[in-house]
Amino acid sequence: MERNQLSDSLAEVGYVADSQLAMALWLMGSLERPLLLEGAAGVGKTEVAKALAQIHGTRLIRLQCYEGLDANAAIYEWNYQRQLLAIKAREGRGESAEAVEKHIFSEEFLLERPLLAAIREEKPAVLLIDEIDRADEEFEAFLLEILSDYQISIPELGTVTARSIPLVVLTSNGTRELSDALRRRCLYHFVDYPGEDKEVRILTARLPQIDVNLAQQIAAFVAKVRKEDLRKVPGVAETLDWAAALVGLDVRDLAAEPEVVQDTLLCLLKTQEDRLALAPEVTQRLLGKVA
Amino acid sequence: MEAEALDLKEVTPVAGAQLRQRMAAFLKILRDNGFLVGLEETQDCMRFAAAADIGRPAVLRGGLRSIACTRQADWERFDEIFDAYWLKRGIKGVLRVAGTPPKGRGARKLSEAGAPGGSLGTPDQTSREGDEGIGNPADRQGRREGASASDSLAEADFRHLMTADELERVHELADRLARRMRHRLSRRERQRRRGRRLDLRRTIHRSIGRGGLPIDLAWRKRRHKPLRLVVVLDASGSMSQYSTFFLRFIHGVLDRFSEAEAFVFHTRLIHVSPALKERNAAKAVERLSLIAQGWSGGTKIGESLAAFNRHHAARVVHGRTVVMIVSDGYDTGTPDILGREMAALRRRSKRIVWLNPMIGWEGYEPTAGGMQAALPHVDLFAPAHNLKSLEALAPFLEQV
Repeated sequence: MERNQLSDSLAEVGYVADSQLAMALWLMGSLERPLLLEGAAGVGKTEVAKALAQIHGTRLIRLQCYEGLDANAAIYEWNYQRQLLAIKAREGRGESAEAVEKHIFSEEFLLERPLLAAIREEKPAVLLIDEIDRADEEFEAFLLEILSDYQISIPELGTVTARSIPLVVLTSNGTRELSDALRRRCLYHFVDYPGEDKEVRILTARLPQIDVNLAQQIAAFVAKVRKEDLRKVPGVAETLDWAAALVGLDVRDLAAEPEVVQDTLLCLLKTQEDRLALAPEVTQRLLGKVA
Repeated sequence: MEAEALDLKEVTPVAGAQLRQRMAAFLKILRDNGFLVGLEETQDCMRFAAAADIGRPAVLRGGLRSIACTRQADWERFDEIFDAYWLKRGIKGVLRVAGTPPKGRGARKLSEAGAPGGSLGTPDQTSREGDEGIGNPADRQGRREGASASDSLAEADFRHLMTADELERVHELADRLARRMRHRLSRRERQRRRGRRLDLRRTIHRSIGRGGLPIDLAWRKRRHKPLRLVVVLDASGSMSQYSTFFLRFIHGVLDRFSEAEAFVFHTRLIHVSPALKERNAAKAVERLSLIAQGWSGGTKIGESLAAFNRHHAARVVHGRTVVMIVSDGYDTGTPDILGREMAALRRRSKRIVWLNPMIGWEGYEPTAGGMQAALPHVDLFAPAHNLKSLEALAPFLEQV
């Protein structure tokens, strides 16, 4: 797919990407390297992978990382219950231990986990490794190995080589410093909060029924809110929620209905402290700047 | 996508020789500026340059940025360097940096912090430090001796230790103490690890020969989860008699904890862990003293903690973190801020220990406004004016 075409297709599936991101996504396919997306929570990192899967018409395979994630949960696992049953069922047949072993360690008893599933897809899948910074360092090292060889060895079965090289998207919120080796393996893109214009485009792409005027006001207001000293800065998802709420409440003009704005701020602000910080006077002041 | 992918993979980097040279020079500048650009990245850049329509700077910029950047800091500086090189804009700034290749990240941080870089240790210090290795049997013996022969030293207030010799002995003790604290903590880990889980994969494998009866059980070890220690040291004027000692102490702690971070504050906060990666204690402490001395004016504990919470806490503090604040609590900022930030820090961390050298002084009451605001959020408020008081901490840390 051509580079220009890529940003058009992204727009078609409702993801508003700047040219830099389109470039990164294009390079990912052409250089066959994973893409590392960094940025604050809620700026739409995960959405990138979803949009990518949609435009390529392939499966999105997601591996959510967490502390303590190990190879068993990420690559493959044997189906122990079925194995036990199979051994019991064959007990009376007088088969040799080797034959039983061969049987219960066959494909039939293998449970695919995301990494194995991704490299066994016929058509290159999109593999989303979400919040890699939450996984431990050992897992990172281990992932690095898979991302460079695209093959997995299962002691009982042999080596599984990739049928297709997946498009790998890694996301990180920066709760832990990632290793230089992993960073070097990946292309890098930093996702920032969208500017006003971009947020308007996102709003109109995702909520087609929204009035353009309102979308502009919302984007301007949210941009102002993000500059306030908050504990949890609202992300794009919060803006979309809030916009949907306002559309649902039939708001046309933010400045005209300050009470509704104040009451619906719970869509944007997710801590008690932030809600207190955005008292009605503050909201008024911000609205004054927007209108 | 497929066809395109093949195209770019197969393009041998035959972009014009001139372009190749310019590209190589550009990548060198990036490397000099601390970007992680290796052979593989260089090849990718060449391939990209050969395949893409790089007549347009925007395309070249986008592609090179995706390939060459590895972190947010790179991302933010890329444009400047790119403009300077390819578009001949603001060239001075970049070339100045380009002349000094960074020697690892520690050195880079240090020079950013404004402290003079370069080697700080003197040869005689180096040889002295070389004598006290970790696994050295003579050293172990020395530890026992040290504990008994230095009782008086252990009780002496750090303020009253003046001679270089005395200070050196205190440093040694601090080093040992840090090691012991580490030892206590690791013993605790071992006990935790006694809990075992069944390894089903292995158990089933072993049961085949026995008709599926799991006679030989395979066990899995508990995951090893070390505590993390974050030390925040006040290096202000009122603490100056103590700070050299604590810097040494922090160095010892950092050296022995697999996960530890250190920060020094005064009127602002500086992350000093990279500077402390230096194995030679005397060198590291000297480096840190230079950082700590650079400032003057009142202590802003609240503001410094706010900076900590905002920029570092998410990365360094998690549910198994003990935060150790070493300060006398004399804050020239507003106590409200300190109280608020302490509350925020408490929510994130497992325990907060506040070490205050002033507690050891006769008749001291924690009446400083800052101290009052911080106390409700502190799990352990303890003296730290001599070695004995520091040793008394170990049991608490053991229970964490």
